[in-house]
Amino acid sequence: MASMTLSLAIWVPIVFGVAVLALGNDRNPAPARWTALAGSILGLLVCVPLWTGFDLTTGGMQFTELRPWIERFNVNYHLGVDGIAMPLILLNSFMTVLVVIAHWEVVTEKVSQYLAAFLVMSGLINGTFAALDAILFYVFFEAMLIPMFLIIGVWGGPNRVYAAVKFFLYTLLGSLLMLASFIYLYWQTNGSFEILDFHKVPLGFTAQVLVFLAMFMSFAVKVPMWPVHTWLPDAHVEAPTGGSVILAAITLKIGGYGFLRFSLPIAPDAAHALSGFIIAISLVAVVYIGLVALVQSDMKKLIAYSSISHMGFVTLGFFLFSADGVLGGMIQMISHGFISAAMFLCVGVLYDRVHSRQIADYGGVANTMPVFAAFFVLFAMANSGLPATSGFIGEFLVVLAAVKVNFWVALLAATTLIFGAAYTLWMVKRVLYGEVANANVAALKDVNARELVFLVLLAVAVIGMGVYPKPFSEVLNPTIQQLLAHVAESKLQ
Amino acid sequence: MNTATFSLATLAPAVPEIVLLAAACAILVADLFVADRDKALTHWLAVGTLAGTAALCAATLGNPTGVTFQGMFVADHFSQVLKVAILGSVAATLVYSRPWLESKGLLRGEFISLSLFATLGMMVMVSANHFLTLYLGLELLALSLYALVALQRDSVAATEAAMKYFVLGALASGMLLYGLSMLYGATGSLELTRVAQSIAYSQANPTLAAMGLVFVVAGLAFKLGAVPFHMWVPDVYQGAYTPAALFIGAAPKIAAFAFVIRLLAQGLDGLSADWGLMLAILSAASLLVGNVVAIAQTNFKRMLAYSTISHMGFLLLGILAGTDNGYSSAMFYVITYALMTLAAFGMLLLLSRAGFDCENLEDFKGLNQRSKWWAFVMLVVMFSLAGIPPAVGFLGKLAVLQAALEAGWTALVVFAVLMSVIGAFYYLRVVKLMYMDEPVREISVEPRGDSRVLLSANALAVLALGIVPGPLMDLCARAVAASL
Repeated sequence: MASMTLSLAIWVPIVFGVAVLALGNDRNPAPARWTALAGSILGLLVCVPLWTGFDLTTGGMQFTELRPWIERFNVNYHLGVDGIAMPLILLNSFMTVLVVIAHWEVVTEKVSQYLAAFLVMSGLINGTFAALDAILFYVFFEAMLIPMFLIIGVWGGPNRVYAAVKFFLYTLLGSLLMLASFIYLYWQTNGSFEILDFHKVPLGFTAQVLVFLAMFMSFAVKVPMWPVHTWLPDAHVEAPTGGSVILAAITLKIGGYGFLRFSLPIAPDAAHALSGFIIAISLVAVVYIGLVALVQSDMKKLIAYSSISHMGFVTLGFFLFSADGVLGGMIQMISHGFISAAMFLCVGVLYDRVHSRQIADYGGVANTMPVFAAFFVLFAMANSGLPATSGFIGEFLVVLAAVKVNFWVALLAATTLIFGAAYTLWMVKRVLYGEVANANVAALKDVNARELVFLVLLAVAVIGMGVYPKPFSEVLNPTIQQLLAHVAESKLQ
Repeated sequence: MNTATFSLATLAPAVPEIVLLAAACAILVADLFVADRDKALTHWLAVGTLAGTAALCAATLGNPTGVTFQGMFVADHFSQVLKVAILGSVAATLVYSRPWLESKGLLRGEFISLSLFATLGMMVMVSANHFLTLYLGLELLALSLYALVALQRDSVAATEAAMKYFVLGALASGMLLYGLSMLYGATGSLELTRVAQSIAYSQANPTLAAMGLVFVVAGLAFKLGAVPFHMWVPDVYQGAYTPAALFIGAAPKIAAFAFVIRLLAQGLDGLSADWGLMLAILSAASLLVGNVVAIAQTNFKRMLAYSTISHMGFLLLGILAGTDNGYSSAMFYVITYALMTLAAFGMLLLLSRAGFDCENLEDFKGLNQRSKWWAFVMLVVMFSLAGIPPAVGFLGKLAVLQAALEAGWTALVVFAVLMSVIGAFYYLRVVKLMYMDEPVREISVEPRGDSRVLLSANALAVLALGIVPGPLMDLCARAVAASL
């Protein structure tokens, strides 16, 4: 079936990004802004058929497109999505709209470049999720670094350059090792860069371990897993709000996606053999990083550490090799996309008014911004995994799967429900409640219509997914079943 | 031998060289009658000559191999592709250099005719099928370049650079010649095809051949600027005035690549086990030194020099694979590398004006605030040099890495990959300076239309080749398959 949907999902934002850049005029940013909004909404609309036309009965690739690209190396422009990739593409296109809305009155410098960077990145991220050719994947994966580097470095906070360079080099190190493993697999498959051929190729145990570790370096940095997580708090704190949103909601998911698309199916025996190790460092992330989050005085840093802790749940779920675990991990990824975006946007709302991210500079915000406070509490509850919010389902499924494997793993994992509630709610208490702390807080104005738009959209998503997760699970399930069946088979000969 | 059957028609394969030589001589004479303020005329005549010669080379692309001068000179698919690339690079060099040279009063016949003779030398190197032709081409190139660097007489730095370049270059030529003489002793022939036959049939004295090979590789490493024979590169890049550095940085790399391929892959293919290991050591050392030392540089030209060294390390990765796949990958690499170098130096020349040379990294500070377009151009070039997709630098690296991995150099590939992370840092720093820092001085971009248009096209080509690399890759693959 020749479909253009995925190509549109990739190229519409990129083309609009270039157009926005061309319209660039720093004195009158309005045309750039409206074009960007149109581009992001159109980018979301062209993704809608992915959802409506999705075939729930198969775990295979859909909406595939295949064209030769670099014939000498047998590299193809091969796109397609399964149940794992499709929701992430929608999530990304949705977030891009929010980011464009969120920037409106906030970013005043080099507006067209800012918006163009986000639109181009949105297209590249869609490409990353849709690519079925390893080199195509790599091109999107790496090209994404360029706009992100600029977003953090140009529009970030005081220590932005350090954060941007750290982000770039960490990610590059991981991804280049992954590239080396791709080339190795290319020769093992007798000259194919098709990811699905990589899945099938038999590999010896040592080769599997090396390939697994090379890819692990790349995806672990992206997720990020402890101990290669240190770029994330720096990058988040220094990134502008939009950058934080995309970073937390989307780019971290590429790491988790990479595990499911590459590491597990290509090196199943190594994945099984090393699962104890991965589970251990996932638990370190869940518990230790949860504790680190507790002592943060900077709101963005706190949410950044909370992200690492939540992503620890994702990797934990994936390496339990059970349907509940993988499903829980995927749901957690999508839900975390909504929740972390919402949390960062909430911090952004406060930051735009007071220009501080320090918890100590706030107190009693609920008195001056009651509407905002209601949303903030909702998202905080979701972040702590309250039932009936999307945050609950993923964590619950992962803990459930963990109990079946090992009680102690489950126990440690479940502590996140305590720590998560502790650091999130304590922050909420200090920021929102109590007496009005200072003149800045007293002068606060409640959210305006524009801010209300993205807060409402995210609240609907968070509650909707928490109350009725079936649309997500029925998309994910066939693919996960197929994946687990594949991973259960040894590739050793 | 067939000396008796000489006729003008047998010279057909060398027509582009003959035309270039005749035109260069004509321009040399004609320049005497051009007034100093009209030197642009000479300039355009030279650019036209280069374009015409390139067209002649391109016209013979489809033809089968032609050999002339009793087997000393060969025009095959491989040579014609590289000649077009060389001629294009030199033409771009001249166009980029003109505003700078005019502002310094250096746009004189000397610069232009030396450029043309250097180009002729490169073309002879590329087409050589005989030790003597190779050497002849090499020396014509080298001597023209020494003079080219020394042309700025009143600059102490340029004179020093020319001196260093000359002394070290002469040393390298001497080593090369010594090695070639040993190979002659071992194999009894100076012609590449016969040398190859002699080694293939084990008629050559292996000890003597291996000794000769060591000297030859050392000489080649000098010319390429591979560690530990790289000392001249940073000094010459920094000392030479920017147009001369640009000249040295782009086209001669292509010629040096052809030189290595002709000598090692064609002539000494039978010794590939020996030279493969030597090149591996050179490659690893170049990657290490080039990337690490580049970080410490504050002078942009010096940084580019170390960057060149590390890129030569990558180029060697493709060659040492010793397969057609490797050679064609290296060929793709060197052509795209020349394209990127042209753009990088082109930016330096663009930002330089009368009385001020843009040389230091600091000079790029805040470029994005002055000109979004030129900052973007530089961004593309830097990310391409760093090997980040979608720019073409990535595909060049991919090509050589896969070739080296196919040949079993796994550890070296992993090492190269780690080194390119270090390398990414200093390219990234340039981007950081342009986009994230405030300008320290006025930056104005005001050179002529022709160099601006060409530079923009050059940067877009870097991007476009990264997205549509197929034709060039196929061209390289066909050239190697048809000729080696």
